[in-house]
Amino acid sequence: MWIYEKKLQYPVRVSTCNPKLAKYLIEQYGGADGELAAALRYLNQRYSIPDKVIGLLTDIGTEEFAHLEMIATMVYKLTKDATPEQLKEAGLDAHYVNHDNALFYNNAAGVPWTAAYIQAKGDPIADLYEDIAAEEKARATYQWIINMSDDPDLNDGLRFLREREIIHAQRFREAVEILKEERDRKKFF
Amino acid sequence: MFTTRKQYHPYVSPFDPCHPICTKTYVTPPNLYIPFQPPNLPQFPLHEALKKGTLWKVFYDPYYGPYETAYKGDIQ
Amino acid sequence: MKQMPKEYYELLEQLQAVDFALVDLTLYLDTHPQDYQAIQQFNQLAQKRKHLKKQYETLYGPLQQYGNSYSNYPWNWDDTPWPWQV
Ligand SMILES: [Fe+2]
Repeated sequence: MWIYEKKLQYPVRVSTCNPKLAKYLIEQYGGADGELAAALRYLNQRYSIPDKVIGLLTDIGTEEFAHLEMIATMVYKLTKDATPEQLKEAGLDAHYVNHDNALFYNNAAGVPWTAAYIQAKGDPIADLYEDIAAEEKARATYQWIINMSDDPDLNDGLRFLREREIIHAQRFREAVEILKEERDRKKFF
Repeated sequence: MFTTRKQYHPYVSPFDPCHPICTKTYVTPPNLYIPFQPPNLPQFPLHEALKKGTLWKVFYDPYYGPYETAYKGDIQ
Repeated sequence: MKQMPKEYYELLEQLQAVDFALVDLTLYLDTHPQDYQAIQQFNQLAQKRKHLKKQYETLYGPLQQYGNSYSNYPWNWDDTPWPWQV
């Protein structure tokens, strides 16, 4: 089971009320390489992967939910008390008409999240390579959002999240090495 | 000096209407250079590790946007 | 208007720092289960986080529920602020 902890993984701050940045950030909330897709991808793959890497998928999948909450916090803070007028200026008028200022699992272009974003081939190597690619894509997405943002406090949190993708990619690559079962043998080559 | 930021120079045609970007860069994150993390690598102190998003120094790869200046000591 | 004091943010960040190291060590140990030193560091930090959790919860209320934290009277789990509100 999962147990909620009433704190963020990282102290999230934003400098200004800026719905435009929230519009970009939603990509990492309900987009193809976002935190929701990541969490669900890894936690779902656990059931058909060798026992040696189930722990890693469980723990990275769980950390992704902490990242999802950080993104939600950023969006919440960037749009809290924003007027319909401000949302309209930020290009969020269609979002407002549909959702008021509720968060929704869609990408920056407003396309709703779909299970088609997450892969599960059942082949351990194919799935881990999928995961490595997903981490690199998420890292790249954070770079593009940082490039668009002029909010130093927001970027501080985004840099943290980007760095985590690097660590996750590292661990998934190590998982591939573990499944090759040649690590201890290598010494004798 | 070693950097994880790599460059390439795309072909520029006289018929490209946008102002050409002659040098493009891309990131090769540190995880690409460490196939399997060896034990006992140097760590950041706890508080700094939180701020940087990694406990181990080798994986730290700061990324700044065009609208901000890099923190002192961070080289991209 | 209820506002959290400066000390709240400081203690929270201390807990976040220790917990972060524990998360990063957890992922490391998932692929390095034989690293004795890392396990020692992990257990030391787990001890430290236990103390910090107690200190935090005494001042600011439960971090977890379903029985993983004690409750005051009246039930204080759903007291504000929630993490995204601070
Ligand atoms: Fe990740």
